Amino acid sequence: MIESPTIAPPQASMPRVLRRGMAANPLLTVGGALVLLIVLVAIFAPLIAPFPGDAGTATHPFEVLKPPSTAHWFGTDQVGRDILSRVLFGARVSPVIAIIVLAIASLIGVPLGLAAGFLGGWVDELIMRVTDVFLAFPPLLLALALAAVLPASLTSLTIAIAAVWWPWYVRLIRGQAASVAGRPYVEACRALGVSRLRIIFRHILPNSITPVLVQVSLDVGGVILTASALSFLGLGAQDPVPDWGLMVSAGQSYFTPDWWLVTFAGLAILLTAFAFNLLGDGLRDLLDPKRSFLP
Amino acid sequence: MTGLGRLAISDLQISFGSRQVVSIDDLRLDHAEILGLAGESGSGKSMTALAILGLAHTVGATVTGSIALDGQELTGLPQESLRDFRGRRIAAIFQSPSTAFNPVYRVGTIVTKALRLHGATKSEASDRAAAAMRQVLLSPDLMRRYPSQLSGGQLQRVAIALAVALRAEILLADEPTSALDVTVQAEVLDLLRELRESIGMSILFISHDLAVVAELCDRVAVMRQGLILEQGPASRVLSAPAHPYTAELLESVPKLASAT
Repeated sequence: MIESPTIAPPQASMPRVLRRGMAANPLLTVGGALVLLIVLVAIFAPLIAPFPGDAGTATHPFEVLKPPSTAHWFGTDQVGRDILSRVLFGARVSPVIAIIVLAIASLIGVPLGLAAGFLGGWVDELIMRVTDVFLAFPPLLLALALAAVLPASLTSLTIAIAAVWWPWYVRLIRGQAASVAGRPYVEACRALGVSRLRIIFRHILPNSITPVLVQVSLDVGGVILTASALSFLGLGAQDPVPDWGLMVSAGQSYFTPDWWLVTFAGLAILLTAFAFNLLGDGLRDLLDPKRSFLP
Repeated sequence: MTGLGRLAISDLQISFGSRQVVSIDDLRLDHAEILGLAGESGSGKSMTALAILGLAHTVGATVTGSIALDGQELTGLPQESLRDFRGRRIAAIFQSPSTAFNPVYRVGTIVTKALRLHGATKSEASDRAAAAMRQVLLSPDLMRRYPSQLSGGQLQRVAIALAVALRAEILLADEPTSALDVTVQAEVLDLLRELRESIGMSILFISHDLAVVAELCDRVAVMRQGLILEQGPASRVLSAPAHPYTAELLESVPKLASAT
């Protein structure tokens, strides 16, 4: 694992940096490949699913609760739908919700956190106290309350989860930004006549974004689980939508002896969360300028 | 006093709330002069540099009095116009070069961006950056490296190259050699002397190390507790100090046993 300190060829282009990162960090490669696989499944679900109609409103009364077989690899559910098809189509629901939620949460949380950490003073106080109010509620309860007010749909679900997710990112990036703001190179920038906005976006942001990036990829699993919980309570995805969380919830009452209802949807959630975690860890190692040159 | 001086400080007071930390009646830096500002830590040397850059407010201090560059008053100017002076006319280098560079950018990017910020075109910026690197005896190839891939001495040279490339008239050097080992320190000092000769740069050299100050500076001002106790030609101040504190500082410079 020991590498010479200056392995980087001076003219390293971006693809080369990526290649080097992948060679040094096989987990990143595995995580990236799995995420790519999930994306491909989401795109080509109608082509690879054996019974595309089963992801919708189709029911097959004579095929109910069949165990895994050559015709139905993952078995069938309580209304006779092919679980493999539904799991494949599920890649279009939960992961997409998770990515939208996290994008919204980052777009709100990162600028607020940067402003609080870098500017300090009353701006910091104001932003952090508002954030504290949001953090004072148990996140699931707050999301539940919001989702209950809004009409039950995937859009409401997304808004409700994003609304409870952003305060964590404000906290995370504020601490980083405040510590980076005190570093000598920020002072050096000021001494060079660099404007405040430029310092924030070119110097503070790149040096404080890494923990958020890692947290975001780790949170993909968390958002999928939260969305599943809300769907389970009837506040998110509604039945024919092939949501993994919803499938797990609905399959619970059949778990013994019909274990396949819960298991395959659960494995899909597990695989997705795992893939994004690997990607997040790998990205952290790749992006951290100090770590990437150390053994 | 020799003429107006390039940088003239008079009646400068820096305070945190009601507590005054620096009070300077008169301090001048002439064209192509190296002025040493010596004193123990906490004596207000770095605060003075920060005030000259117009950045004292970022640490919560207030500044009154006059700081003039070629006769133009700097105190009281709005930040937008001060940004023009910082870097372009007054540059600064700091104690710890390894933390004075943002680790996420290549050093060449940092140098050329700074030049672009002060109005150079893209090709002009890279030409001037390369020329400045050669002037501080570094290969322009090093510009493609990241700060973590350069040594402290190399980085301090890059910082000086940046000031050269910006064609700064005044360089505030805040303990620029304190974090470097002795041989590298000597190289950096040579470089500063050479810049004074070749492009007439005026340097305010801040240091607690009287041995270095004696070697480099034309004139010396000795500070303690925010006051300038004495100033004058380096040879005079350091050989026949007028103030007991200067003598005390000189006493504290460690000497090789055989030399005494």
